[in-house]
Amino acid sequence: MLEKWFPNVDWAMMWQATEETLYMTGVSVVATFILGLILGLLLFLTSKGNLWENKFIYSIVAAVVNIFRSIPFIILIVLLIPFTKALVGTIIGANAAFPALIIGAGPFYARMVEIGLREIDKGVIEAAKAMGAKTSTIIWKVLIPESLPALVSGITVTAISLVSYTAMAGVIGAGGLGNLAYLDGFQRNHNDVTLVATIIVLIIVFVIQFIGDFITSKIDKR
Amino acid sequence: MSELISLSRVKKVFRTKNGNVTAVNNIDLQIQEGEIFGIIGYSGAGKSTLIRMLNGLEIPTEGQVTVAGQEISKIQGASLRKARQEIGMIFQHFNLLWSRTVRENIAFPLEIAGVPKEKRMKRVDELIQLVGLEGREDSYPSQLSGGQKQRVGIARALANEPKVLLCDEATSALDPQTTDSILDLLVDINKRLGLTIVLITHEMHVIRKICHRVAVMENGQIVEIGPVLEVFKNPKQPVTKRFVQQVTEPEESKETIAHLLKRYKDGKIVKLTFIGDSAEQPIIANLIRDFPVEVNIVQGKVSQTQNGAYGTLFIQIQGSEQDVQKVIAYLQTQQVESEVITHA
Repeated sequence: MLEKWFPNVDWAMMWQATEETLYMTGVSVVATFILGLILGLLLFLTSKGNLWENKFIYSIVAAVVNIFRSIPFIILIVLLIPFTKALVGTIIGANAAFPALIIGAGPFYARMVEIGLREIDKGVIEAAKAMGAKTSTIIWKVLIPESLPALVSGITVTAISLVSYTAMAGVIGAGGLGNLAYLDGFQRNHNDVTLVATIIVLIIVFVIQFIGDFITSKIDKR
Repeated sequence: MSELISLSRVKKVFRTKNGNVTAVNNIDLQIQEGEIFGIIGYSGAGKSTLIRMLNGLEIPTEGQVTVAGQEISKIQGASLRKARQEIGMIFQHFNLLWSRTVRENIAFPLEIAGVPKEKRMKRVDELIQLVGLEGREDSYPSQLSGGQKQRVGIARALANEPKVLLCDEATSALDPQTTDSILDLLVDINKRLGLTIVLITHEMHVIRKICHRVAVMENGQIVEIGPVLEVFKNPKQPVTKRFVQQVTEPEESKETIAHLLKRYKDGKIVKLTFIGDSAEQPIIANLIRDFPVEVNIVQGKVSQTQNGAYGTLFIQIQGSEQDVQKVIAYLQTQQVESEVITHA
């Protein structure tokens, strides 16, 4: 049956490509979450009227975030080739995709984190200050828990972007479903391979969205 | 009673794009231990800035703020955080963490103070009982009514056994009935724990009901200060008079008086002001019995304050000119203040 409908699909290869995509997405989501959270917190805390109000640091972080958010991903990969080579030692393979994936998605997520943090009621932060809380306590026990639904829905959107970023990275040689669809599907004109790769990507995206929505609704007690 | 809070020549200037705004201007104020002290003023009077200087949320531009022996306006960092643990605060919009249950919200200041978990849980249970929230421990704030949320706020503010409780318009977002129950709770806590309470409000009703002393603020300054009953009895500033009228004279009394003045040209309208014990004397009964006049009660209200009752009564006296004069002379010998009203 599968043979008949998808004559050119090598299922072992397809599975391996799927694993590579999942690996690239998974690791980069975790790293993006951490980088974005740090940058987002820094943007929020140094912005006007907040705990570490500092125009200078805010402008620098905001500029870096804006620059990296504006560069088209496919160009960013190429731009980062020397950096990647120095850092990872190669520009081929899943690991070589990480610098570009994380630097591409981190700033994007940082802005979402900042928006989420801004939505926290200022009064709650004031109340924590009035109780004698340290800034670190405010970050861990007020800012992050109170913005958690926004942080989770933000990382869901970012994770879905990362899936498509991995496909683009695949074209440059990072492996994964994008790589397979490009090399086998496009260059050898095997449309069935492209179709199967697309379906698997769609399934991954749906699952990510479902998990994200489920967690968001579970933790939102507002 | 000893002095717990002291402000000396406190000034706060905010720099804005449109120039400097003086929110608090040269305030001297002493608050005693165990006192319920009210600060009343319209919005923009500077009361919010003033109360925030008591726990260092605002730093005065000039002057000194001392609370429980600590100079709040000078200390910083760890010592300020430590001092803040001894100053509880409740807010108009409660400012609870929606992500935490009632129990976890109340435990938050204990976590900040580094109280070990077991002790924390025990203390939280005591506090839940104190504010009457048994059975709601595991609810989230979104599942509570406004009054219950403020009870959580109060429990949270009391968790670290503070010396002072600051109330920032704590009842302004509540309906009248809930306001009363929250105010009763505050009085109860004040009596039971001997806790000093400083509250700001724009409702004279709140001052009347629970405060021992009141300060009236206008344009960043305290324009009038004294025991609540004194201020009610003898408001000096126009702004104070307006606030006192909020609770003593219902809106419609002016119209009623105007109407009566027009209708009964012969009689006299007299406003009687009762303070303290005199509010409980049968003055009207004596008056009717002893003088050949007719007494018509136009409007009246008696309110309880923390230092006694306070009330106003508008009566119309009809009779011969001579008798009416006698009545007015009699009233003046009594412990009530009387004032003949000739225009509304």
